[in-house]
Order: sequence, then structure tokens, then C-alpha cells
Amino acid sequence: MKIGLDIGSTTIKCVVLDNDGAIVYQSYERHYSHIVAKAAEVLRRIAQEVSGRHAVLAISGSAGMGLADACHLPFVQEVFATRVAAQRLAPGTDVVIELGGEDAKILFLTGGMDVRMNGSCAGGTGAFIDQMATLLKMTPDEMNEAALHSDKLYTIASRCGVFAKSDVQPLLNQGARKEDVAASIFAAVVNQTIGGLAQGRPIEGNVLYLGGPITFLSKLKQSFDDALGVTGTLPENSLYYVALGAAFYSDEAFDLEDVVESLNNYSATADYATSDPLFSSEEEYEAFAARHAQAAVPRGELADAKGPVHIGIDAGSTTVKAAVIDGEGKLLYTSYQPNSGNPVPIIRQVLLDLYEKKPDLQVASATATGYGEEIVKNAFSLDFGVVETVAHFTAAKHFMPDVDFVIDIGGQDMKCFKVEKGAISDIYLNEACSSGCGSFLQTFANALGYEVPEFAKLGLFADRPADLGSRCTVFMNSSVKQAQKDGASIENISAGLSISVVKNALYKVIRASSPEELGRRIVVQGGTFYNEAVLRAFEKEMGVEVIRPDIAGLMGAFGAALYGREKAAAGAVSTLLDAGALRSFTHEVKAVTCNGCGNHCQLTVNLFDGGRRFISGNRCEKPLAGKQAAGELNMFEFKRGLLAEYKPVAGPRGKLGLPMGLNLYELLPFWHTFFTKLGFEVVTSGVSSRALYLAGQGSIPSDTVCFPAKLLHGHIERLCSMEGVNTIFYPCMSYNLDEGMGENHYNCPVVAYYPEVIAANCRCLAGKTFIYDYVGIHRERDFIARMPAILSKYFDGITAGEVRRAAKAAYAEYERYMGRIREEGARVIAAARERNMPILVVSGRPYHLDPEINHGIDKLICGHGAALVSEDSVAYLAGPQKVAVLNQWTYHSRLYAAAAYVTTQPDMNLVQLVSFGCGVDAITTDEVKAILQEKGKIYTQIKIDEITNLGAVNIRLRSLLAAIGR
Amino acid sequence: MSEIQTSPRLSYPKFTKEMRLTHKILIPQMLPIHFALIEKLLLQEGYDVEVLTNDGPSVVQTGLKYVHNDTCYPALLVIGQMIDALNSGKYDLDHTALMITQTGGGCRASNYIHLLRKALKKAGYGQVPVVSLNFSGLERDSGFQLSLPLIQKVLGAVFYGAMLMLLSNQTRPYEDRRGDADRLVKYWVEMLSDQFATGHGCSKKEMARNFDAIAKTFSQLHVTRTPRVKVGIVGEIYIKYSPLGNNQLERFLANEGCEVNVPGLLGFILYCVANGPATIDLYGGSKAAKAVYGLVMNYFAKREQMMIDAISKYPGLTPPPKFSSTMQCSEGIIGRGAKMGEGWMLTAEMMELEQHGFDNIICAQPFGCLPNHICGKGMMNRIRAVYPEANIVAIDYDPSATRVNQENRIKLMLSVARERLAHSANSAPSSRTEWVQDPYAAFASAAPAAAEV
Repeated sequence: MKIGLDIGSTTIKCVVLDNDGAIVYQSYERHYSHIVAKAAEVLRRIAQEVSGRHAVLAISGSAGMGLADACHLPFVQEVFATRVAAQRLAPGTDVVIELGGEDAKILFLTGGMDVRMNGSCAGGTGAFIDQMATLLKMTPDEMNEAALHSDKLYTIASRCGVFAKSDVQPLLNQGARKEDVAASIFAAVVNQTIGGLAQGRPIEGNVLYLGGPITFLSKLKQSFDDALGVTGTLPENSLYYVALGAAFYSDEAFDLEDVVESLNNYSATADYATSDPLFSSEEEYEAFAARHAQAAVPRGELADAKGPVHIGIDAGSTTVKAAVIDGEGKLLYTSYQPNSGNPVPIIRQVLLDLYEKKPDLQVASATATGYGEEIVKNAFSLDFGVVETVAHFTAAKHFMPDVDFVIDIGGQDMKCFKVEKGAISDIYLNEACSSGCGSFLQTFANALGYEVPEFAKLGLFADRPADLGSRCTVFMNSSVKQAQKDGASIENISAGLSISVVKNALYKVIRASSPEELGRRIVVQGGTFYNEAVLRAFEKEMGVEVIRPDIAGLMGAFGAALYGREKAAAGAVSTLLDAGALRSFTHEVKAVTCNGCGNHCQLTVNLFDGGRRFISGNRCEKPLAGKQAAGELNMFEFKRGLLAEYKPVAGPRGKLGLPMGLNLYELLPFWHTFFTKLGFEVVTSGVSSRALYLAGQGSIPSDTVCFPAKLLHGHIERLCSMEGVNTIFYPCMSYNLDEGMGENHYNCPVVAYYPEVIAANCRCLAGKTFIYDYVGIHRERDFIARMPAILSKYFDGITAGEVRRAAKAAYAEYERYMGRIREEGARVIAAARERNMPILVVSGRPYHLDPEINHGIDKLICGHGAALVSEDSVAYLAGPQKVAVLNQWTYHSRLYAAAAYVTTQPDMNLVQLVSFGCGVDAITTDEVKAILQEKGKIYTQIKIDEITNLGAVNIRLRSLLAAIGR
Repeated sequence: MSEIQTSPRLSYPKFTKEMRLTHKILIPQMLPIHFALIEKLLLQEGYDVEVLTNDGPSVVQTGLKYVHNDTCYPALLVIGQMIDALNSGKYDLDHTALMITQTGGGCRASNYIHLLRKALKKAGYGQVPVVSLNFSGLERDSGFQLSLPLIQKVLGAVFYGAMLMLLSNQTRPYEDRRGDADRLVKYWVEMLSDQFATGHGCSKKEMARNFDAIAKTFSQLHVTRTPRVKVGIVGEIYIKYSPLGNNQLERFLANEGCEVNVPGLLGFILYCVANGPATIDLYGGSKAAKAVYGLVMNYFAKREQMMIDAISKYPGLTPPPKFSSTMQCSEGIIGRGAKMGEGWMLTAEMMELEQHGFDNIICAQPFGCLPNHICGKGMMNRIRAVYPEANIVAIDYDPSATRVNQENRIKLMLSVARERLAHSANSAPSSRTEWVQDPYAAFASAAPAAAEV
């Protein structure tokens, strides 16, 4: 008999074939990472019940490799096994799509065999769906059921689980229907698989679906069918193809008892990278516990409360917290509950509970903070809203008046800030990619079969904590798998995960290298710090003793209450709904699409009793006020308007298309003028949209390239589908124009050579003339001399004289365009000063103008009452800068200059926009920050990706404005 | 302005002429054979140098601590390795300097030296000077300058390194007695070091003699040539060579029974040289500069030919392709103007490997490597259009990518390779697909030829 064993990331699958190749036994079970033990158990069972001692055996699966190696068993790579099985069981298949626990694979069988596996970055598949289901408080099956009843789809970033999570959580918090969210999650998985793996190759013909998620979740299969425009087959035994392939391919016989024996021996070895234990002795732990027990807040009883109270509500991403204090700051009441997606009913219960416990409750102020601040404030008529960072700072000050660093690790987010001269001076929030927070530990604890407190305790006295690195959850999955394979115990994994949360915070989010950088007076808070392993790891890693308040998880709510107490006038009475109003409270949610502008925001409208309503999902004030707020000082809007002025002019040479992406966002005036003068009708691909991105995502060859580059594929698709556009111009340019601001004037490699990628991967260009020659506009005379030869390869009869005249006009137009930007910059600054508005210099790249890239951040900034100036309108005022890095890219030189200029202007601050995955910005961000901080300015960075959630961005902006006293 | 210039942020200790006598210079490891030879050469020149050998998790941890985590992995490793060495207590910190290479292109790698200086300050080693090793005239005020004779000698070492790496890779998988090829490499490194110590080994004549002797000794190794899976390794320069960077990739492949072909460092140097005239052709520039590039190319071509001649004389050994023919390989695939990072050379090397029967290729790069989005992953569809048999896998390396994941993907590539090897017992070099139909038909137009000006 032949045995095929498929050890995947979450499950172990086994088939036994008889001598005719018929399946006589099959099993499918979760292994909860007890890989070796489970494999031994399965084999022992088979030996006893099915095959007897001797059988032919092969192992496959992502978690099976190391095990097979160590025990000298034949290993069949799992994609290869899939292919073997598919060729035998489903001949005629063109493409296999297989989703597993943590892998996604596409196998092209015909027309040039090719296999694609997800990169180490693109984790989101089965484990991702599980995570999302947990977030929705559903089982995957229930999620599938819900998704079948969806009405609309939301955009959810499909790159990795953590990204998607930060899209999903706000949707839930804002009251989106779970049915719609569930369906959107499946759509995101499909986009991820197609976008990340197909890499330009169309999926057509007979499609075969394999693996657990597609087998169990009918809506997922349907989503694939819809996206691909095919009806794929879900074959019999779709879960077992890898195991079957391994069995078909096996040809070596083993004594199964020997195999089990060697598996047992293997599990005894423990060889993995370790860190120091958290505690070396019980005594050390006792002293530690005693020290932290001191940071306690004075308490009182709500029922005995004299005088009015102050209520603080922190509607966080995963939990809802409330704190009630009296006028002296005594804590009278607390509540800490999981946020099951919608904070409103929970808070209603909390408030009702308050009135019940103390019917004559007098409320002086009620303040909301956290992700759900707005909705809560509107729903229950609270008095104040306060940005989270300020709430946490207020609470931390209560415990340590001269605190100089606060780190808060919550369920979904991490907020750290430095305090100088009594104000927040520097804010660190975890970027969407490194959410190694409370929910991260929870996910792992649950995956390993534990509750969080129990799981954390396990780690306290671990002898050899596993060193798991400090990256995002998806990477962590593989690190944990590896450590387990290498024999790390649950205790050591638990301790290792706690250490990695700390390392993630310190090195990835705060980017500190020594305790001195943070200061010595540190308050740690957030629910995650109840976990003593994390607390201890933090102190050990930084070599400093910190304060952890006994209400670490309630600090936001406590801070909000304190904030309200500060704000409320003596004798003030809160506008909070009273007990009667709470009882008749109603809440209804509607999803609508705003058609106020090109953004087409998906709005969630919350309707409460008495006509109160709250709209979320909007990026500007338009749907709220009914019209565009007047008198905004928004240079992004102005620049977009300028670019829109370059309209097609009919010409004798026909249409020529320019894709509106990357450097074309700045060079449009140049190329538009150049080609219009030459007699072309220059058309652009126009404004980006989600649909445009999706149309092009199938041809993106590198899934880790920056989003602006990915978007370009959609622009090319659009140009190709435009009537009469047979020629597209998008030149390669190593160099940008030399503005004399740096030691060189390069474009970054992606901007410089992306046309090469377009030419090599966009099939829609077949039959079109795609002009992507190497062109240098930095040397005007050489440009004029070389362009005729380049153009003559594609067009007849363009003379050198024509080119010269067109080029002269193009250079002049470019100058005029840049001049207008500078003028507008000066105008906006003057107008802002007249109105005493804060001025934010939003620094990024020209293409950050694209609303699909910046997700309306410009409108958000202006919505907060600030004037927005772009970096290119002020950079020239500071001129070339000496910097501590190699200053060699034109766009980036402007960043340094703009930063230097901002340091000379008291009413200006800089916000740097960074595209996720931009390698060059790893260099520029540190330098821009150094320039600003040297002169005492606050540095604010906003990382942007396909992610549309502006929650984190909002916190940053509001914190910045709060810090500068606005 | 003047105020900004005096900022402590911008100041760093220079490597002065005097330091040549007082300071030990630490060099990060990249290519074990090449760097061993260069180390010997510089010692002979009177520099007290040491190639670092420290590795393990503390290197990565130190890198993570002092380098922006989104910076490319090589920067993290190189800087981590150096600061880890300084942390070791083995060196007198007031008399130690660090050396790092700088290519000066549009890739962020040109910034490594600045990131290193920043990291040193952060780590409290602000007094340690950094020496830039470059051929593009950066940091002219440094006390370490490559004299023409020294450049010639270093290039000699690079040639020897390339040859030893190439021939040992060709023989190691087939050797009858395990370790023969490596013993021979060791023998030659010592032999050449002895020559360098007496100021010999790098003249044209001596190189010709040594080339011949090296080829001869390798051809005399006892080997049994059974068909093996042949794998080419291309990619970002540090990751592709450095065992620290690529998780001992060559050793892994050797254990899997593969013959490995790693295109040499020489090609990369020539690529950098060749970009000079190409840039002038594309965008304009001085004719005189172009002539100088021509002379340099010529210098290399002569020595390259000597090496090829020497290897061709002995049966069983395969000479490396000429750079001029490698250059042709990317014709029609990617433009010669793509010159950042590994640029068009990366594409050309993949094409060349395919042409010479190395269907199976690992393209190794740091996670998020900018040029390789274009020249590596971006060009694979085109390469497959010409060589449908191309079995290429792109592997990303970064501090937390686990070896299991990487090896699993490589194993997939190897499974396909083994299956093919079994099907065609004699693995003849695959021929370029007949151009009956335009292989680019599926895509856009082919890479445009440079315009005649």
C-alpha cells in the first residue's frame, strides 16, 4: 500500500492507496502545531488499522519538509505533488488554484508549465480567513453563510492579513453589515490570489480548485468564479490532492514502526535560537510583581459618590472601556469589554448600568476617545471628544507627572509618544504592517489552543525563550512553525512571542536603540501590558524600570474622564442622554455610496432616535455639510486642477496616450506640450480609481513593489481600451531634471525604469505602439539632438526643427507650471497667516496627488482647519541642503529642503507621506526627521498603501495639531 | 546655511593618511575566496586589514537595532556585522576603521556608507572612521585612495577569485573524493597569497601563467560526471554571494546534489564600467570620457580572454562567457539604460544561463529590492517567452523570512528540474526557441533599440 502524508501549516492530511491506486483510507485533522506528534499518531494508526507495518511512504506539505529531512523520509514538494495528482485525476485541467492554511498557489499546467506560490509577504489565506472570522466573532462557516447574503462590497486591502484587519475593524466599528464585510473579505482573498500570483498570466480554461478554504467555503469559490469569469471545478477529494500526489509519487517502502520511532526521536531535539529567560528565579518574579503593585489609582464606590462625576469612554478597536471618576479623581466605576464589532450597544448597556447602580447620578462631563470616538459621541450626546494620544498622555501624567515617554500597546494599535516640556513632541504609531499587538498574541494563543492570560503565564518561567524575530504576524506564523519544528516548547514560544511584541514596538515602531533615547521616566499602558511576560520583556530589553498602572488597560477611558474634568466648567451638567433616553435609544445603519466627488466614498450612515445621525467613511465634509467646505487652502486640490487643464487638442498626427502615474504626475505639462506642439492629440488615462487598479492588477509581476507603481498597470489598461489610442508614450528616465538641490538628480529605480516592467508584462499593449525609450530631459540640448532619432523609429516626417520648437515650448511650459505652484504656495501661506491657520507642508512625491494613492488625506488635513502646502512649493526657498545621507534623487532632495525651510517658519509643520514598500524612503524618513528634530520641530509620517482606513492617519494629524496647540 | 553645516548631525571622522599606519581596517565579508585574496593584497600594501567572519543571530539583531528596518537586508547585515565586531571587544576602538564599498548609482545601496556612519553614532562608536571603497571618485578627501597599481592588483585578485569560484563550482559536485575541489581552492588562495606577499602575481604575464596552472590542476581532479541538476544563482550582488545573506544557499544546493553556477563579480564590475559609455550614448556627454571607458573595457577584455583561453585548453572545464556576449543576451529584453543596482546585467545573466543549459535559476534578492522589481521579477515573463523551459524562482531574503519558506520554494523549483533531468537523460543545452513567430507577440513591442543619433 502507498501512504501520502501532507503536513500543512494548520492541518495534516493523509491518504492510503491500495495496490490498484484506490483510496482505502483518508484523514484530515488540525495539528495545532504539534506536527511531529500528530504525524507519528497518524502513521501509528494507519499501521495498526490499515496497511500493516510495511508500506510505501512519501511526505509532502509546507511543514513536512524539515521533518522529512531529519527522519530521512522521501519528501515531495507540495506544489509538485498537486501537479502529479491533478494530471492523473483531472486530466484536461489548465490551471489549478489551491488555497491552504497559509499558502496560496496557482499552477499553470498547459501552455508552458508554471507554478506560483505566494511570497513570504503575502500570507493571507486560510489562516487569514480564520483571523477575519475571529474578528467578526463568527466561525468560518458562519462567515460563509453571512457572505451569501451580502448586498455590497467594501474595499479591503488584500496584501496581507494585518492590512486587511485594519480595514475591517473600522468598518465594523462604523457599523457596516457583517454580511457585506464577510463577502468583502472573500473578495479580498480572491484579489490577493489573482493579483499576487498570476503576475501577468491570464487564468483561463479549465480551472481546478483545491484545498480547505475553497472546499469548505462555497462563497469563496463563487467569488473566484466571479472574478475569473469561469466556472471552476471543485473535484472530489479536493482536500487530499497533495497527499494523493505524494502517494502517487512514492516509491520507497518503510517499516512504519521504525518511522514512528525516528519521529519520536526527532521531537526530542531542541535546537533553535533563544533569548535569555524572563525571570531567573521565583524571588525575582515576586520582587517584580510587588514593585508593579504600587502603581495603583485610589478608588471609591459609585453608590457612595458625592457630587457630580466625570465619565470617560474609550471605544477602541477590539475593546470598549469606560471609567467614571469623581471630582477628586477617585475611580468609581470601570468597565472593560470586548468590542464585538459595534461599540454602540455595549456602551448603552454600560451607561444603563451606571444609572441603575446610582439612579441619582449627576454627570458633569462625558468624553469619548478611541476609534469609535465620533460615533459614540454622536450616539449618546457626549460633551467632548479627545484624540487618543492626548487621552493617554493625560492619564499617564496622573501616575507620573514628569513622564517623558508613554508606550501604549492595545489590541490593534500601538501608540508611543515622547513628552518634552509638558507637551507631546513625537508620536509613533504602528504602521499598518506591524500590528504586533494584543490581538496578535491572542491569535497565537488561540491557534495553540489557549486563552491569553493562561498562555502568557506559561512564558514567565520559560527556560529558553524562542527568538522569533520582530516582524509582522504573517512572518511570525512561519517563525513559530519553525521554532516548533525545532522543538521549542509552548512555554518557550509564549515567552518568545511576548519578547517579539516588545522588540517589534521598540525596533520597528519606535526605532529606538537605547533606553536613553526614550528617556528614563516611562509609563507603559494598554491591555497588553497586563501580560507580565510582555512587561518583563520590555523592562529587560530596555534595561529600565517602568511604571505600569494597575488600570493599564483603562488608561484611555481614565484619561478621557480626566480630560473632561479639566474641560468642564464648575457646576457644568453633561449633555449625556439620561436613563429614559437611553432606554428608548434606537440605532439603525445604512450603507450608501457618496457621489459628491470622484472619490465615491462608501458611507455608513448611522441613524439614532431623535434624528441624531452619524456618517462615517467620508473623507471630506461634503456629505455632512451638503456642499464642499468653502475657502479650503489645499494645494493638492490646486495642483490636480492645474494638471486637469492639460486637455487633448485635436492634431493631425492622431492620438497619443500618457499614463497618469508616477513621474507623469509632474511631467504632464512637459510631455503634453511637447507632443501637442508636434501635432498629436495628447490624451491621458485620467483619474485613478479602485476599479482601474483592479483592472491592472493581474499583470503586476512583483507583489512587493510600491502601490503607485502597481496602479500604473491600471492606467495602461485604461489607455489601451480607449478609442483611437494606438500609441502610448511612457519613457524610461534614469535622471530627472536637475534642480541643483543635490549631488545628483536621479529618479528612484522604480520611477526610472517602470516602463520596462509595463512593456514586459502588460499584454494589453499587444498591437499598440508603446514608446518607452530611454530619454534624458536633464540635458536640454542633448534632448533636442536625440529626440528626432527616437521619434523617427515610430513616426515619419517629424523634423529636427519641429522637435526643437516643441522642446523649447515643453521646457517653458514646465517652468511655467512649477512657477504657478510656487506662486500658489506663497498665496496659500499668506492667506493662512492672515486667518491664523496652522500650515502643514505635506511632503511626498508628485504622484501622491493621486486621490487613489493618498485616499483623501489632503481633504482630511484641510478638514481639521489647516492649510496644506506641497513640498515643491517651498523647497526652493531653502535651496540645496547638506545632509547626512547621499542626496541624489530629485524628488527626495526637495524633501530635505522643504524640511529645512519648515524649521525656519514657526507656524509651519511638516507631514511626510511615504508609500509602503518605498525603499528610498527608509533613508529619507530618518533624515527628514533628523532635520526637523534638530530644530525642535515635530516629525509626522503617514504611510500610505492601498489601505483606505484613515483612522490611524487621523490620530496622527489630530495629535500633531494638539501638540502645536491647535 | 553655515549653521546647518556645523550641525553635529553632519560631521563624521575622516580616515586620514596617518591612520593608514595607526588603524586596523575591518572589511565585511561578501565573497569568501575573493575577499581572502584582497585581504592578503592590502596587507602587503601596508594596510592592516581584516575580513570579518562573525555571523549568527547577533549580526542580524545588531543590524535591526541600528539600521532602519525597511532598509535593504544587505545594509542591515553589513552594518550589523561591523557593529557586532566592534561590540566584541576584540578591537581597539580608537584605532579601528571600517571599509565599505560604494557604487554611486541611483540605487539606495549608494547610501550604505551614510547609514553606517549614522549607525556608528547611534551605537556610540562615533570616533570610528569609515573608508569608502569605490571606483567612481566619491569621497576624494579620504586618506585611503586606490592608486592605479593597487587597483590593478585588486582586479587581479578579483580575476583569480572569479576563476577559483567558477572552476570549483564546476568540479565540486562530481569529485570522487569529497573536499578535493575545496582543498584545491585553499591551496591556490595560499599559493597566490604567497605570490602577493612578494609583490607578484598580478602582472599580465604572471596572471597568464597562474590561470593556466589553476585550470590545469582543476582539470586533473578525479571526477565522475553523472547528470546533475544545474542551478544558476543570480540576483542582488550581496545576497547572491554572501552565505550570511542567503542562508548558505550554495551549501543547501550542494546538499541537494546540484551543480551551481554563480556568475562572477567580474561581470558586475564590467557592467558598472559599461554603463559609463551607455549613459553618454543615451543622454549625451564627453567623448573623452567615453574613450577612457573604452580603454578600461579593453584592459578587462584582454585578461578575460586569457582566462577563457586557459580554461578552454583543458577538457571537462567550461570557460565563463565573455562579458561582451553576456551583454548581447539582454538585447531585446531590457534596455541597456537600466543601470541602477544590478540593472540590465541581472536580466542578461538569466538569459545567458538559460542559453548555456542552466534552465533552473534562483533569483535572490533582498525583500523589496527596488531595481529587482524591474530587472528581476519584472523581466521573468519576457525571459519565459524566449525560453519557455525557464524554471526560475525568485527568493526574497530579509531578517525574518524563514529558511523553511525559502527552501520550500527552492525545492519546488528543484522538483521540476529533477523531473526534467529524468526525462532527458542527456541534458543538452536548450536552444533558443525558433523565431518562427514573434515571441513578444503576447506582450508589447520588444525593448526598443537605441536610436542612432
